[in-house]
Amino acid sequence: MHEKKVTWGRALIEIAILVALFTLVQYFITTGLLNRYYQINLTVMCINIILAVSLNIINGFTGQLSLGHAGFMAIGAYASVIMTTMLDQPFIIGILAACVIAALAGFIIGVPTLRLKGDYLAIATLAFGEIIRVVLQNIDYVGGPAGIVGIPKLTTWPLLFGATIITIVVIVNIINSSYGRAIISVREDEIAAELMGVNTTKYKVLGFVVGALFAGLAGAMYAHYFYIIKPETFNFLKSFDILVIVVLGGLGSTTGAVIAAVFITLLNAFLQKYAAVRMILYALTLIIVMIYRPQGLMGNKELSRKTFSRIWSGKNGPVRNK
Amino acid sequence: MLEFLQQIINGLSLGAIYALIALGYTMVYGIINLINFAHGDIMMIGAYVGFFSVSILGSNIWVAMLFAMITCAVLGVVIEKIAYRPLRNSTRIAALITAIGVSLFLEYTTIFLLGPNQRVFPSEVFPMETYNVMGMLVSNKEIFIFVSAVILMLILQYIIKKTKTGKAMRAVSVDQEAAVLMGISVDRTISITFAIGSALAAAAGVMVGIYYNTINPLMGIIPGLKAFVAAVLGGIGIVPGAMVGGFLMGILETLVSGYGSSLYRDAVAFGVLILILIIKPTGLFGKNTGEKV
Amino acid sequence: MALLEINNLNKSFGGLSAVLNFNFKIENNELVGLIGPNGAGKTTVFNLITGVYKPDEGNIVFVGQNITSLPPYDICSRGIARTFQNIRLFKDISVLDNVKIAFHKNVNYPLLSAVLRTGSFFRGETEIEEKAMEYLRIFNLDSKKDEIASSLPYGEQRRLEIARALATMPTLLILDEPAAGMNPNETNDLMELIQWIRKEFNLGILLIEHDMSLVMGVCERIYVLDYGQVIAEGLPEEIRNNKKVIEAYLGEEVE
Repeated sequence: MHEKKVTWGRALIEIAILVALFTLVQYFITTGLLNRYYQINLTVMCINIILAVSLNIINGFTGQLSLGHAGFMAIGAYASVIMTTMLDQPFIIGILAACVIAALAGFIIGVPTLRLKGDYLAIATLAFGEIIRVVLQNIDYVGGPAGIVGIPKLTTWPLLFGATIITIVVIVNIINSSYGRAIISVREDEIAAELMGVNTTKYKVLGFVVGALFAGLAGAMYAHYFYIIKPETFNFLKSFDILVIVVLGGLGSTTGAVIAAVFITLLNAFLQKYAAVRMILYALTLIIVMIYRPQGLMGNKELSRKTFSRIWSGKNGPVRNK
Repeated sequence: MLEFLQQIINGLSLGAIYALIALGYTMVYGIINLINFAHGDIMMIGAYVGFFSVSILGSNIWVAMLFAMITCAVLGVVIEKIAYRPLRNSTRIAALITAIGVSLFLEYTTIFLLGPNQRVFPSEVFPMETYNVMGMLVSNKEIFIFVSAVILMLILQYIIKKTKTGKAMRAVSVDQEAAVLMGISVDRTISITFAIGSALAAAAGVMVGIYYNTINPLMGIIPGLKAFVAAVLGGIGIVPGAMVGGFLMGILETLVSGYGSSLYRDAVAFGVLILILIIKPTGLFGKNTGEKV
Repeated sequence: MALLEINNLNKSFGGLSAVLNFNFKIENNELVGLIGPNGAGKTTVFNLITGVYKPDEGNIVFVGQNITSLPPYDICSRGIARTFQNIRLFKDISVLDNVKIAFHKNVNYPLLSAVLRTGSFFRGETEIEEKAMEYLRIFNLDSKKDEIASSLPYGEQRRLEIARALATMPTLLILDEPAAGMNPNETNDLMELIQWIRKEFNLGILLIEHDMSLVMGVCERIYVLDYGQVIAEGLPEEIRNNKKVIEAYLGEEVE
């Protein structure tokens, strides 16, 4: 990881793959091969990836169970829409406002609640998420329970793709650094971490704020694609949805979160007509995964260059990438 | 003043319902340290069983309630056996997520089987009458709910304090391993705890049906969360705490919707929760325990 | 100036005194043992020094600075590191990462540099990696750097914990029953290791131990704790023949 030359060579290959992926999809969109239905699902998929990867830094890496992620998404959505539709600012200002305000909310909520542990923290975050929703319902300026209608469609494929990649890269880069190790040490053993000189409160809050920031980004992307936002969209079931993705992928695995986000989006699209059946399957999957494979698809391992090079060189099986 | 007392009276029956649900949360948490997210949905199932036994079998309200309690007791035991027991030694997060899974399963299976629409509790089961007591209005529904909830709580207290089963429950909640050494069947005791908690929730479900007149498959979520807040308020794991917490929550809620905005009613419950968690996470009756190093 | 000085330390849990009027002093580069029967309050003393518990009364002075009631991470960054009675490694991550975390308090690149992968990130990481490997080599764990900490055998986990504590670059190292669960051979190796560490790193060591041969063998001075109070203090020979100590360990009847 620290041999710079090799890193640059590999990075170039990865950038090339990403550019190719981007161009291919862009080509399909411009030529109309990818119709509106597929485009919608692609958008949902990217938003789900952003949400899952960002929740994973809180639940998977910091080890703090948060059930209020939809609340931060709501803040991002509303903040960006206020900027673009009510204050007539460009979308980029809306996106930045979404990130900053969501991160700020993460900080304000995180500082008092992150002293709590386990179940108590889970419930407190759930409560905060719901409070955000109820408060939005009671603000007439943003349309109350009916929400805001007629939001311009500003979320384009290049923006969405960029946002998704930036989210992943930023979070992976944080995790694979000394700061990331400090965050992970909190998950592993809070007391030992503290006694090794890690200010655990600070790193819990850092994990929480980074997670909230990108949830805000997802909110901005969502709001400017689907024309309408209302508080009810961001209730705790939405938070559970994101949690399901993270848990299925494996708490503490970014690749797991991405794979599970893609899978769940496809499954949802497939089961769209059968909403109740979809939720029953969801529920059963959750229970069965927890009983038989509580570490999820990937555990806390990553699919990485190392994995591939091992597989290439014949030594099969996933390796731990730490 | 009269107005204030009237609100308190109104709050008592709602509080009794919350207290009954909170008892289940607190008992289960006390014995296996699990926030049983599905508890509110068990209450919902209870409401439906009550509804069908009244509307289809034409039974009276007492029989309906008994029927609901028995059904949900069995349901609670089954859920514990299938979903929670395999996870007894795994992480708290895994258990909590499973509980969320069970909750979603109950909600959407009900939607799938019975439809998402709300149903009106037949009013002829309980013809509304209102009495004027010293200038305050009290309905027969409120009296019914309050009295039957208190009776159930007294029975619960008797079971916990005076019977062998109750002793076993208390023993398991203090120290599972020691309880095993004393010849107590932990599995059986946990099953009984789930049965009792779920039966109380079912009774609460029927009461919610009477109180609000309507039932729907997602009706368990909000009262469930509020009852959970009540349990935390009283000190989770502490039985009398859940009762006190339930009544406090009910009264607080009627006061807020009476004097403030009913739109903020739900937010207030969560605000209370956050305040307790931040100020005294162990609740009104809880004791502090530090982590051992 | 003493390395660590504790004056009139008191701590009780729910009315029960765990530590009572505890006075203690350790000089730079000294090796001091803290012994006492089970439940005497030894680990509580360690928890008070390292900030896990806040004392009810008294003060703790470390190289002239009052560190009473500071948060644990702050106390650690001032130069006190410890191990635990029941090993507390970061179980699910690699041996190397366990040691790397100890360097985090001195991390020399900003978060933004990590996000943007600038030169200072790569330089900082290389430095951390080299230093961490040094510590692993000292403890003969370098060949296991990529293994998951919890997969190491017990003795190696104990060594890794000491390596991790030393990597925080302390001037006072606190060892909580380092020989627990070790056989006599391993204990002997450990004795040598402890003395070597003290010389090599030039630090003070305070240890709790039940294994009397270890304590008597390596410690220059010993404090004996019983019911939260110091009942004896002195050189190993003095402690060995102290009547109060014998009583505390064997009971009153034995004369």
